[in-house]
Amino acid sequence: MKLNIIVLAKQVPDTRNVGNDAMNADGTINRAALPAIFNPEDLNALEQALLLKERNPESRITVLTMGPHRAAEILREALYRGADEGILLTDRAFAGADTLATSYALAAAIKKIGSYDIILCGRQAIDGDTAQVGPQVAQQLGLPQVTYTRRIVDLQPEKVVVERSIENGVERVEAPLPLLLTVDAAADSCRPANAYRLLRFHRAAIPAEQAAPDFRYSAQLAADSRLQLKEWSLEYIGGDASKCGLQGSPTKVRKVENVVFQAKESKRYTASDEDLKALVGELLSNHTIG
Amino acid sequence: MNYYTDNNRILRHYLSHPLMKRIVEMQEHGYSDAEKYNYAPVDFAEAIEGYELVLNLVGELCAEVVAPNAMAVEEEGPTLNNGRVEYAPATEQNLDLFRKAGLMGISMPREYGGLNFPRTVFILIQDIVTRADAAFGNLWGLQDCAETIHSFGSDEQRQRYLPRICAGETMSMDLTEPDAGSDLQSVRLKATYSEEDGCWYLDGVKRFITNGDSDVHLVLARSEEGSVDGRGLSLFIVEKGCGGVHTRRIENKMGIHGSPTCEIVFNHARAELCGSRRMGLIKYVMSLMNGARLGIATQSVGIAQATYNEALEYAHNRKQFGKEIITFPAVYEMLGAMKARLDAARSLLYETARNVDMTGQFNTLSRERALTPEERNESKLFAKKADALTPIVKGIGSEIANQNAYDCVQVHGGSGYMRDYVCERLYRDARITSIYEGTTQLQVVAAIRYATSGYYAQLLDEYLAIEVPEELKPLYDRVLSLTQKYKAAVETVLSLGSQESLDFLSRRIYEMASYSIMAALLLGDAVADEKLFKPSLHGFVAIAEALLAGHATYIEGFTPEMLDYLKTNNKQ
Repeated sequence: MKLNIIVLAKQVPDTRNVGNDAMNADGTINRAALPAIFNPEDLNALEQALLLKERNPESRITVLTMGPHRAAEILREALYRGADEGILLTDRAFAGADTLATSYALAAAIKKIGSYDIILCGRQAIDGDTAQVGPQVAQQLGLPQVTYTRRIVDLQPEKVVVERSIENGVERVEAPLPLLLTVDAAADSCRPANAYRLLRFHRAAIPAEQAAPDFRYSAQLAADSRLQLKEWSLEYIGGDASKCGLQGSPTKVRKVENVVFQAKESKRYTASDEDLKALVGELLSNHTIG
Repeated sequence: MNYYTDNNRILRHYLSHPLMKRIVEMQEHGYSDAEKYNYAPVDFAEAIEGYELVLNLVGELCAEVVAPNAMAVEEEGPTLNNGRVEYAPATEQNLDLFRKAGLMGISMPREYGGLNFPRTVFILIQDIVTRADAAFGNLWGLQDCAETIHSFGSDEQRQRYLPRICAGETMSMDLTEPDAGSDLQSVRLKATYSEEDGCWYLDGVKRFITNGDSDVHLVLARSEEGSVDGRGLSLFIVEKGCGGVHTRRIENKMGIHGSPTCEIVFNHARAELCGSRRMGLIKYVMSLMNGARLGIATQSVGIAQATYNEALEYAHNRKQFGKEIITFPAVYEMLGAMKARLDAARSLLYETARNVDMTGQFNTLSRERALTPEERNESKLFAKKADALTPIVKGIGSEIANQNAYDCVQVHGGSGYMRDYVCERLYRDARITSIYEGTTQLQVVAAIRYATSGYYAQLLDEYLAIEVPEELKPLYDRVLSLTQKYKAAVETVLSLGSQESLDFLSRRIYEMASYSIMAALLLGDAVADEKLFKPSLHGFVAIAEALLAGHATYIEGFTPEMLDYLKTNNKQ
């Protein structure tokens, strides 16, 4: 089977090894003090894509990320580990995006890619911890989604069987293709970079990097199209500027504070409309939201 | 954590040695592979960039997986099941990781699926791997046996075996037998040629074989019936998959538990000859052993680095009498000595590696075309240096690993004696380095001719023929006087005119030569990067002065009667 697989990835500050200088006085992240890394659960998602490709060698894995030029680093990292192609979605218009504006831009880029059978992404990024972007992308594309994926058990031309983490266990679900899966850290960790790919793909570059005066591999890029990373703008993907970046973000950060979770009891809601309505009502009434 | 980036100022120093340009150019044949292979470098700058990328990858895998796995690798160890060795799960995980990372054919040419890295870069990688886990370092490092098939096997054998090894099949070199340890001329394992089947069959037992249940064995066996010495031995390749070879026992060792040491039985095992008959020991195994000795020297440096890091961290964190113990002179004296010995051993390691590398480059070139008279001359100089330095770095490197391991436990105090601390494992792992691939005593035997012939003295003069900045002049003078003391000691020993006296004193002469050479090399490093090497140079020159003075005193006071006293004593 020849699958078109898209992996959504994010470059994030490494919040796992936080020193005293990790936060600015205003509560925002001091990005200079934290190394930028491939979001860990996006690597789990990439591994699922690579496993699918092992079983279906004709498949193609495209990694899509949104961010500044330096985010091209994680596209190269994905190539070192086995991805086929990298696209950087970059534009000033995307700056300051919350999860809604991010998922809008990603969905528009995915539409531009055109054909896909399966979209994989990490459950959540370690900087925001929202777990919203994956589900919102699926919603924007009108696709079914399975969250908390641990393992893709089986993939047929029309459907996929997925094992997902639930409270106190795992659940096996079947879903139609195409669809979006969010993958969590319980899934297999990603295979390492491969030395042979490292030696080839370290030359891979987006146009902005190719234009740098010290870029040495123009001849190799001309001869090997796999080294040409794509750089897509808002205009190129034909997106609506009012839905992107700060402008398209309903979330406004008023202040950031440290919260110590003190919940002693838990309440369960089913996925029914009444239960969801009741939950929102309760959250509004105790001013958690709104 | 990354075991390359946390130490890369020093490792990069050796990667950027002036001779590297020439090594890489010869290794890359003028960068012609770039046409055919998409991972081949286009020029020197890209080659170095590529080495650093791979070193960085290795450093990450070693720090994140191999080192954290080392305890489980050691505790679970390999097990024997129906004549087959099963690695510990953590060992399997390490191997799987290194296979996926494409790190199993580092120095093989690209046409066989290798990375085509020069030997010096292989050593840099091995330096990092063995620091993380000496036992895993063995399994991984045995890929170097492929070099023997590459150099001496037939073209057909190269095509058949090398790609499989680059893809991750493991190797072993099956030399030792119950009655043939240091004395390999006594090997008895029988090789019989069958005209009917058109192949060789092996029968007999090998003992103490590292990774003895490997996929591809190189086996030293007696092919010439009725012969008794090394000239009746040939080298064979045996595949596990062909049957007839099984493991009878896994030894229960003091250290390197993750590296299975096996007693293996060949029962009519199908084998093929590698190279020419009768050349097994005298040519191929000698070459194989030289490579293996450099490997153990590297493992020694890796362990010495690990012991230093463990001790340093403990000494910074442990408080007694209200202070971190690193602040006490008794403790920082030990740490300073560990670092000085480590840096000196590493300097010698890379000097040896470059000369072994250049020797190999000329060997490869000579198979492609006839060398010019100048090239032949030059290649002989590199080969002689490689031959003279290998027994020094193997012997002294391994002794330094042991001294560092001893001091590492000492810095830890009572905690260091407990299994909970890494240093306890390092202490046991270090012990084998001065035994296998030729004991330190045998390294002395291999080296002493270069002392008596004046070659080490000549080498010292060569190393000291450098311009030294004013600040390093006092240290230069001290190194110079070390060499004078060494030369005088050699004269004294030679003037005794007795072979037995020479043999008896040879370890001291060997150590005097080694410490003088290491001091001279470290001085060269300090000239290139004063800030990085001057502290260790200071420490090491003082250590070398004390050692040379002690040995000189011993030699001056020596009289031949002493041999009789000691022999008499040993009878009681």
